Amino acid sequence: MIPASAFFYVAAALFVLGVLAFFVKKDLLTQFMAVEVMLNAGNLAFLAVAKALGKAEGQVVVLFVITVAAAEAVIGLAIIVLIFRQRKSIQTDGLKDLKG
Amino acid sequence: MAWAVFICLTVLCIGSVLAMIISRNQAHNALFLVLSFSSLGGLFGLLDAPFAAVVQVLVYAGAIMVLFLFAIMMFNLKRNPPGGRRTLRIVLTGGLGLVLLAELLVAGREALGGGAAAAHSRDPAALGRLLFTDHLYAFEITSLLILAALVGALALAGRKEGT
Repeated sequence: MIPASAFFYVAAALFVLGVLAFFVKKDLLTQFMAVEVMLNAGNLAFLAVAKALGKAEGQVVVLFVITVAAAEAVIGLAIIVLIFRQRKSIQTDGLKDLKG
Repeated sequence: MAWAVFICLTVLCIGSVLAMIISRNQAHNALFLVLSFSSLGGLFGLLDAPFAAVVQVLVYAGAIMVLFLFAIMMFNLKRNPPGGRRTLRIVLTGGLGLVLLAELLVAGREALGGGAAAAHSRDPAALGRLLFTDHLYAFEITSLLILAALVGALALAGRKEGT
């Protein structure tokens, strides 16, 4: 029987990898994928704790997180499409308009 | 047996995220993520959450990543220019990652420290009952959120060029 804490540690490693990918990568699309990795790590942690505590509430939260992630992906990709139309590039190094 | 499956799925999941960090091709990145999310679905199944596992594979590995692939094909990206000086960024990010990992490990040990897994209903009917009684308002608000995202995406990206 695998203890729930093993799953929690996997979730922690996955979250940290998502943060690393977000900061190392330089194009918007891959950074957005890194955000999805972090959301998934959160889901895994919710399920691990739900199993450790013996409650089904964690699974309900996971369903909500997946739904919100779908909505977020749609809006985020729309924004990336707008940025690409304006600049013909999705490299984040070029987005310096707010730098005074 | 369960441990073997767990280790295989973990290696697959974390390995494909690592491959995503190393690779520089966006389409390959999206495909690596499909692999990673599918094996994560397997981990959900190991955690006695069959419904969440199915939804993970269908919605995440299926729908959301296909949306990403469509976007990648639409952009028609040129090859990435070789990135200049990334060492400082990588060193700083590595430090941040180490601190975050240590913090999460301590939190996990404090919260879950070796407690035996409690009995846990794995039956989707109980989950549905919970979703449509205790969490009904949240569920309805989610449907509103989806509608708002649909309208918002059309308003943002569905416009013609000149207007």
